[in-house]
Amino acid sequence: MSILSFLDRPASYIGKRVPRPNAKRLLAGGGHYVDDLRLPRLVHLAFLRSPYAHARILSIDASAATRAPGVVRVFTAKDLDGRYTPWVGVLTHFKGLKSPPQHPLARDRATWQGEPVVAVAAESRALAEDAASLVKIEWQELPAITDMAAALAPGTPIIHVEFGDNLAFTRSVDAGEVDAAFAKAFAVVEEEYSFARHTGVCPEPRSILADYDQAGESLTVHYSNQAPHMMKEIFAKHFVLAENAVRVLCPDVGGSYGIKIHVYPDDMTAVAASLLLGRPVKFVADRLESFVSDIHAREHRIKARLALTKEGEILALEMDDLTGIGPYSTYPRTSAVEGNQVVNLTGSWYRNINYRANLRVAFQNKPPTTQYRAVGHPIACAVTEAIVDRAAAELNLDPAQIRRINLIPDDAYPWTTASGLKFEKLSHQAALEKLLKLMDYDGLRREQAELRKKGIHRGIGLASFVELTNPGPAFYGVGGAPISAQDGATIRLDPGGSVTCAFSVTEQGQGTEAMAAQIAASALGLPIEKVRIVTGDTERTPYGGGTWASRGAGIGGEAVLQAAHALKQNILALAGVMLQTPPENLDLADGWVMDKTGVRRIGLDEVGRAAYFRGDTLPPGTQPEMAATRHYMPKLYPFAFTNSVQGSYLELDAETGFVRLLKHWVVEDCGRVINPMLVDEQIRGGVVQGIGGALYEECLYDAQGQLRNGNLADYLVPMAAEMPDIEVAHIETLTADSDLGAKGAGEAGTAGAPAAVMNAVNDALKPFKVRVSSQPMTPQRILKALGKG
Amino acid sequence: MSGDRISIRLTVNGESVAREVEPRLNLVDFLRDELGLTGTRWSCEHGVCGACTVLIDGYLTRGCLVFAAQLEGCRIETIEGLSRSGAIADLQAAFHRHNAVQCGFCSAGMLLSAETLLREHPTPSRADIRDYLSGNYCRCTGYHAIIDAVEEVATSRAAKGSRP
Repeated sequence: MSILSFLDRPASYIGKRVPRPNAKRLLAGGGHYVDDLRLPRLVHLAFLRSPYAHARILSIDASAATRAPGVVRVFTAKDLDGRYTPWVGVLTHFKGLKSPPQHPLARDRATWQGEPVVAVAAESRALAEDAASLVKIEWQELPAITDMAAALAPGTPIIHVEFGDNLAFTRSVDAGEVDAAFAKAFAVVEEEYSFARHTGVCPEPRSILADYDQAGESLTVHYSNQAPHMMKEIFAKHFVLAENAVRVLCPDVGGSYGIKIHVYPDDMTAVAASLLLGRPVKFVADRLESFVSDIHAREHRIKARLALTKEGEILALEMDDLTGIGPYSTYPRTSAVEGNQVVNLTGSWYRNINYRANLRVAFQNKPPTTQYRAVGHPIACAVTEAIVDRAAAELNLDPAQIRRINLIPDDAYPWTTASGLKFEKLSHQAALEKLLKLMDYDGLRREQAELRKKGIHRGIGLASFVELTNPGPAFYGVGGAPISAQDGATIRLDPGGSVTCAFSVTEQGQGTEAMAAQIAASALGLPIEKVRIVTGDTERTPYGGGTWASRGAGIGGEAVLQAAHALKQNILALAGVMLQTPPENLDLADGWVMDKTGVRRIGLDEVGRAAYFRGDTLPPGTQPEMAATRHYMPKLYPFAFTNSVQGSYLELDAETGFVRLLKHWVVEDCGRVINPMLVDEQIRGGVVQGIGGALYEECLYDAQGQLRNGNLADYLVPMAAEMPDIEVAHIETLTADSDLGAKGAGEAGTAGAPAAVMNAVNDALKPFKVRVSSQPMTPQRILKALGKG
Repeated sequence: MSGDRISIRLTVNGESVAREVEPRLNLVDFLRDELGLTGTRWSCEHGVCGACTVLIDGYLTRGCLVFAAQLEGCRIETIEGLSRSGAIADLQAAFHRHNAVQCGFCSAGMLLSAETLLREHPTPSRADIRDYLSGNYCRCTGYHAIIDAVEEVATSRAAKGSRP
């Protein structure tokens, strides 16, 4: 197709390491995050949060707080009554999912430590916090249900009595002949895995500034968020405002990773407060309250069994997943997706057709858990890859060899998995061989063997996997969520020959603006400096889903491409009139209208001037149309799956249990690579986020549901000194669902790293004949496995 | 509570500043709210993450652990000042080239730490750079590109034999 040819031609920006145009501003301290806004009559919000995991509120005495200096208003639940409608985190396509109505402030009981109970609005944050400390609440402690298994045990108190139990959701898959396959297996391996709760720790905490204009009856929300259009629908619905009276602006966002896409009670309180006060109200979570009010993620306990032939062919996989989601399923995406993804994805990159999985999702008195970067993938990948490695050890096969035997062959597509996923075209085999070469796998094995003789314990870990990207409406929209699977772009030629592109995908630092500018510039034959991208404003961009599920480039990028293509046709039509030449004999390059022999005919500035200022020079009846809008949603497949494989090399100190990461490798196939530098950086950042969960990050709760390490000194995140260099290489298997052929890459690093590192740790432990199957793999857990704990 | 205000006179990015401040006013709030210098950012508020890093009399300091009232006569430099003077232009250009910035929230602290490292140790190893920058939390990049950028500037400054 001609479109592909111009993307590929030499002057194209596609496939080039183009630096992000908007990053210079960020590097000069010129970012505009929500907390940087200064508005007149601004009010600051501070919350009093529940100190208990589960407790009844007997009384609230806010009289002293109300009289404190600088206080504008103190809000309890009943002060917000009538100004909002509650929300319920269920969707119809997750049959049986339960969750009670949720409110901005706890009404008569709190269900997790950190749930907001009272909000104080004051002239400064410091004064608001001073006043919040004067609020007196009389509590009656209730039993805290924290452990997932205990939550489902008979006789355990029920968190939401109306449901009759603490089971929020279940799902089962039983495909093929699982029992028969286990019965005839040469080998069966079995292992239990656990994955701790962790959280996002965005550098910029959650931030919102809600500004209700009473006279204009309009609400403007400046929000650190990934999905402005979704939030506009939600604010309009739950504050009963006209849809077009709500505007959501997402300026620079200081990290999100899935944290900033859920409805938070404290954010809803800030909006309600602005509606009630008729003044701008700002809430910026501090770090300590972020730990108990941001969503948490993961927390799984999994049993897996694998049946194999003597030669190492997988015959069947069986898996039980128990996961905990806190007291509410989050709104509007629900907390069923994480476990659902684990069920869908586990084992899905292998040829195996006999698969049984059971998922149980429990309510608990801890903060809600829900979608966080790579949703379910790190769990599915770690369980699959760990048990495959265990089987390899049992059968005396090399880990690379057992993967060669079982990966879906590159020539077998299209493929439907046992859980029903449809794969268009993947490249597992090619990716594995490329990775083994990249890391010099055989050389590392020799080095490992040599060093073992000297008592140095190094481990090599491999992890293959798939990643779900470019989701269509089957992901959320089908279940009733106001979540758009399509995105849009409007591109306008300005009179001086540059273009402005309004784009519904938002920028969180991943490079949305660079990617869109590269596509628009390539399609319109413009120098990239001539392209300006506008994002993050529901009033000034086309409607679209925003940033989540690795969809910005694959879905949004295609919308930009099609809009640019349409604008090009319009420009050439007008140029054809001006030059009295058939438009099909003209093309755009270097900011000029060219003829087919490459001779410059007129500049785009001349076209722009004629269109906007000198219509008098055009033939009668000519109507220039110097803007074009296009939208795109995936059509052929519900999701565009990508594939990847990672390798980890590390050294384990058997005396201290410390792990030193030496190097990490990734081969990624995300279809067309629009900007290799940006894709590599997404992968690297993702890998390190995955390593965080694998080695360090854990929300430690005691039996009463109290978080014991809710600060950045005690909750460990990956820092530069502990992290390895990460080498990234690519295979490009384009999707035929779009002209661009791009799939997503935002979460692949996080999906595979915990598995690769876990396999490397267990490879290092092999001489000791012990394994670690709990993440994070802390020195304490490693020493315990070694019998030294 | 607020208490009596304290007079301070100090230099911020080369400009002299005089203010009456509450004793509890933090340096980060002072820069952001009193002077409108929002490039210095709040993130952990307890001295771990480095997003609020500034230079006080040339020393790398966590802005969140300092009160404005302590700074009588001090010389403060922030990302805005170092950007305007061109002192870290080569570091900023290298960060841009290598995409050693994503969301940008940690970048000011990261750049100030990198600049101080290169002043103290003009030819650091890759491990030295990783070690020195370990007081600055970045959730986006995975650090690799940041290390590349700092390493490249160290090499080019050493080749020039002087600062740009």
